This record gives sequence, structure tokens and C-alpha cells, in this order.
Amino acid sequence: MSATKRMFTIIAVLTIVSMIVTACATATPAPATQAPVAPAQPTATTAPAQPAATAAPPALTIPDIQQGKFNVAVVLVGFHADGGWSQAHTEAAQWLTTQDPTIAVAYLDTVNPGPDAESAMRQLARKGFDLIIGTTFEYGPTMDTLSQEFPKVNWLHVSGYRNNSTNYGDLFGSMEQMKYLAGMVGGARAKADGNTKLGYVAPWPLPEVIRLGNAFMLGVKQTCPECTMEVRWINTWYDPDKEKQAAQSLLDAGVDIVLVGSDTPGPLTAAANAGKWAFTYDYINSCQPASAKCLGTPYWNWGPAYLDIIKQIRAGTWKPKFDFRDAAAGIVGFYGFMPGQTPQPGVPKDVIPQVQAKLADMLAGKFTDQDIFKGPLKDNTGKIIIPDGKTLTVEDLFGIDAATIKSSNLTGYTPCTYCMNWLVDGIQGTIPAMSSQ
Amino acid sequence: MTANELIALALTIVFGALVSGSPLLFATVGEIFSERAGVMNLGIEGMMLVGAMSGFAVWFKTGDVLLGLIAGMAFGALLALLHALITITLRADQVVSGLAVTFLGSGLSSILGQPYVGQRTPQPTPIVLPIIEQVAAQQLALIIFGLIFAPLAWFYLHRTRPGLNLRSVGEYPSAADSLGINVYRTRYLYVIFGGAMSGLGGAAMSLITDPGWVDGKTSGLGWIAVALVIFAAWDPMRGVWVSYFFGLLRRLPLDLQNPALPLISTANNPSLGRLMDMLPYLATIFILILGSREAMRKRLGSPAALGIPYVRGERGL
Repeated sequence: MSATKRMFTIIAVLTIVSMIVTACATATPAPATQAPVAPAQPTATTAPAQPAATAAPPALTIPDIQQGKFNVAVVLVGFHADGGWSQAHTEAAQWLTTQDPTIAVAYLDTVNPGPDAESAMRQLARKGFDLIIGTTFEYGPTMDTLSQEFPKVNWLHVSGYRNNSTNYGDLFGSMEQMKYLAGMVGGARAKADGNTKLGYVAPWPLPEVIRLGNAFMLGVKQTCPECTMEVRWINTWYDPDKEKQAAQSLLDAGVDIVLVGSDTPGPLTAAANAGKWAFTYDYINSCQPASAKCLGTPYWNWGPAYLDIIKQIRAGTWKPKFDFRDAAAGIVGFYGFMPGQTPQPGVPKDVIPQVQAKLADMLAGKFTDQDIFKGPLKDNTGKIIIPDGKTLTVEDLFGIDAATIKSSNLTGYTPCTYCMNWLVDGIQGTIPAMSSQ
Repeated sequence: MTANELIALALTIVFGALVSGSPLLFATVGEIFSERAGVMNLGIEGMMLVGAMSGFAVWFKTGDVLLGLIAGMAFGALLALLHALITITLRADQVVSGLAVTFLGSGLSSILGQPYVGQRTPQPTPIVLPIIEQVAAQQLALIIFGLIFAPLAWFYLHRTRPGLNLRSVGEYPSAADSLGINVYRTRYLYVIFGGAMSGLGGAAMSLITDPGWVDGKTSGLGWIAVALVIFAAWDPMRGVWVSYFFGLLRRLPLDLQNPALPLISTANNPSLGRLMDMLPYLATIFILILGSREAMRKRLGSPAALGIPYVRGERGL
């Protein structure tokens, strides 16, 4: 009697499920007419965080290439309008098309590392994309495989260190410089408020996260030598609830300034609602939710680096490598201090010239991460971790040790000496053991 | 750290637990009503997401938090209506439909919520309480509302005639039907009520407990609510304690990292945080194992007709 009806219902439900699942990974070709916040000259202070409101073509997950153009596909680990890491990449990709009309850009949203990423990237390669950009460390093994399988396609891996010498390179930037500037601002703010406790919402106990926290603390020391920083490890990059809980936990422990190392602006709203301060991360407009209480944003500016690499590929001169760029190359910025921006209202007036001078040195290449992490440097147990006169190599900064080299089968690296697995003096806490990575 | 500071910190943590437990409480009690009427709703997470997104959107357009909460309830209810239609009228599998509704809710909130990511957020009104000092008036109001709502829900369920009807529909629908209770209408009503409460929980998150909208705002709290229903043994009053307890568990691993506390080395073990995240599910598995014995299940209070579509005039429940 009701058997056909039930069958119909089940089919209907399954159809809905499949539609939703495919919609979640919708490919959206970025329209060339879109004019997002130009990453090279981040101007507007009040530019709304209006994401690319494109009518997403449903169903088809893998976009087509545009004939006669240089086709770039950006594979995102998160949602393209996440207000953080993925949005910074998306807007950089859209910016490319405004710079050079012969570049066509498409992006894929929320692609999980592992089999999903492998399938998506393989299909992109088969479609004939000229350059495929993967935007998370976890895509590494997938891109290792596919770069061999598709030698004619160019592969760019953001935030990794695996590469080959022909068609597979890595790209990253010295965000620690911007965190150092943020630290200078934070220290000055703490001093002005008379509370020397700062806090760090730290995603994972990885060398990158540790390095950025250390650089921030070293910046704080420049303007407030007696300041200290607490850490809350949350073991996730993106978990809106947990990020906010961590910030709340810091605030309740008496912290007045929160440094966000994870992806959402939740900690900022938590801080603002308590009348306290925060630094957001990743995306130029991430101060937006509570701008009055946001002291600044160390943000990524991938556009110029992408464009530069694309130009090299098209000219046939690209030498893939671990391309680690610093502030002088324009890959990172500190919101409020870059050309055309004004410091956030919460930044103490007297520290502004000091930060501007340091930034000018960084942009001129005179103050690099070699100068941030320079011996003699003590860790938070009082031990000298970097002896006098020594600086850090890329392997040290990224914690590439003998075990990593062996397990990831890396070539061209020497194991680190001062591997980034220590917290500098002033940070209260320890680094939890990483169970796997 | 002095004793007074320690007390203040502990009270602040408790307040935080009550705040973050409140959305869980609404969703849990809503789901208890739905399951007590015999319909399992695994779409809670989707309804919370839609509630959080629509509530934030309405606040953003109107600037009225209360209107946002009502909108969150309305859209949660709308999604629940879909679930009710599929499971009660069309008699499809409740688990499959619930999962589909979750996918639908998270997809919809993700797409429609796009313009609201990273926008300005509602401003709380600060008030001063003894010892723990400054808190947001809205959060306090949320806690008080939850503390009034749950006993009322318990009273309705256990001490009133409509509550009796509701329970009988979930226990023995054909018997209830023979007594003149409209099984379909009753089930529709409470599934929609459950959806509205989930929507309210979501909207409370995006407007009060953690203002702002981002993709995946509820971080899986909807699933925890589903687990808590079993953990609370389908009782709204027990729902209060378990919701606040799990609200506390979400904060505690972070608070134990405070260097002023002597527990730093233990607390910094990342497995501790993961273990605490798992606890609601572990507890649920434990309860399910206990409940696999018929006698024990009866004592726990699982509605007998839960998950079984009612067909008028057919044999069985």
C-alpha cells in the first residue's frame, strides 16, 4: 500500500542529501569583473567583508578551463568566505584577474585533505589547469603524488615544504615579522592599561604556531619587558565555539589582550564584549566584528606572490623551491600600519612611530626573522636556547628535524639545530606533546 | 593565587559553563519533547545552524536581539516542519530524514550566511555582579530563562493533561489514538516545538553567548544535544544538569591550562581535551549499553514508540 510512497520518500531524501553534499563543494569561477579589496594596496578601512556574491553554478563540482587563458585553480581547505585564511586566498585569486585579464581563476571550497583533495586535484589537472594551488599543509602528500602524475601541470603548495625541481613548489611568508609588530603594539597597550598579562589562543603545538607566538612575545618585550603571556592550546584551526571559549578562559584568568592564532574572529568579540583587546589573524578585514577593540591584524597578502610565480611560469623561468618570502616581498601585512592605512583607535599614540620605524626596516629588508630570533635568546625555563651570535635557519624556523626529513622523504634540507619547539622567556606554559602529525 | 582570586576564578568558570550550556539546554529539552512524542530528530545540528544564521541576519537588519531570537525559532521550526512532513506524513525513516535535514541546514546556513561572516556583532550590556564582577546582562537573562524554562517543561510533561497526551503518543500511539488523541497532530506539534527550541539555541549562540556568525557556528553542539537527551534519560530536569555539565566540560580543559594553577603538566596533555570532547558520546554509548537490557531501558524512560512511524489502523504500536 504505502510501499511506493515510502520508496518515493527515500529517493527524495537521498536526492536532497546528494544535492546538499555537492553544493557544499561548489566550484565558483571568479568573475573577472569582481573588484575585491586589492591585496597589494589594502586601502579601505571600512571595506565591508562582502564576499564574492557570485551565483554559484550548482551540481558541477569541477570547473572548466577558459580557452586561451592561463588557468589557475585554488583549492581551499575552508569556506571561501570564512573571514580568515581561506578568504585571504580567495581574494588574492580574484585580484589576479584584475591585474592580468589573460589569467582565469577558479576555486574549490571546503576540500578535505586526503582522498577528497586527491580526487578534486586530479580532476582539475585532467581538465587542463595550468597551475593548481593547494592551501593547506595537509595537502602535501597528495600534491607529492599528483605532481609526479601530471608533470605538465604546475603545482604550488602553500604552507608546506615539500617540492621538486621541475613543477612543484612551496610558498610561505614570514608572518612572524607581523606578529612581532603586533607584539610591540600589545606590549605598549598592556603598559598603558597597567595589566602586564597577555594571552594567546594557540591552535596546534606545531612549529608554525610556536614560532608566531614566540615572535609576538619578543615584540611585546620591546615595549613592555615585564609583560607575560599565557597560552590556551585548542587543538584545532577552526572551531568557532572552542576558539571563543579559549579567549573567554584567558579573559577570566585576568588577561587583557588576546592574540588570535586560529581562524575565526570569535576571540575578538569575546574580548570586546568584556571590554578587553584582541589581535585577529589571516584576513585584512577581520577586525570588522568589533573594530573598536581590535588592535590590528597580521594578515596574508598572497596576490603579489601568486602573480610573480605565474609570470615566472609563463616565462618558463620558474625554479620550484621552498619559496619563503618576507615582509619586503609584500606577502604579509599588519593592518593599521601598511601604506594607506591608519592605526586602530586602541593603539597607544606613543608606540606608533616606533612600530612604523620597525615596519619600514622590515619592508626595506633590514629587519628579518633572522633579527627577531637572534642569540642570545632564553626560553621560558631560563635556558639559553640560541647562543650569542647565532641566528635561525629555515629548518630551525620550521622545526624540520632529522625525523621529519626521513618520514617525509625530503631532499635539500639539513636537520635543524635550534628546532622551533621551545617557548621564549615570558610565555607561561609548556608545549603539549603532539600525538601525531 | 590567593584564595579569593581562586574563588572568583571558579565562579567565573561556572558562570561561563552556564552561559555555554544554555543553548545546549534549549536544544536538549526541545529534542526531549520531540522524542517523547515518538519522533527522533537527528536534524538538531542543522536546525541550530539555521537558527543561528537567520537569527543573526534578522538582528543585522533590524538591530533587535529579541526579534533575532524569534526569527531563529521560526526558521528552526520551519526546518522541523520539513522533518515532520517526511517522517510523520510520509512515514520515512526518521534517522535518514534527520541526517538529511542536518545536511540541508548546514548547507543553507553556509550559503545564505555568506554575507554575514565577520560582520559587526550585537553589543552586550555590561552589569556588575558581586565577586565575578562584569558580565553581560543578556547572558544572565539567558541563564535565568533557561532555569525557569526547564522546570516548566518538566511540569508540562509530567503534571499536565497535554503532557500526558504527549507521553502516551510516544509510548503507545494506537492506544492514545483510540482515546481520541490525534497522534499525527501531536507529533507534528512537538517536532516543530523541538525545532523551534533548537533554533532558539542556535540564535542564542550567534546573538548572546558568542556573538557573530561564521560558517559552522555551532561546532557540532547539535550532535551533543542529541546525545544528551539519552544521557538525561528523556527528562527535562536532568537535561538541565547534563547541559550545564557539558557546558563546563567544554571550558574546563582550557581553564586547566592556566599557569597559576598547579595542574599545568596534566592539563597540557592534549588527550585530556579530546577525552572531554568525547565524553558526551562515551556517556551515550555507556547509556545505550545499559539500555540494551529491556528492563533497564524501561527504567531509563526511553519512549516505547520512538522511531516507529504511526500508521492508523495497522497492528503494532
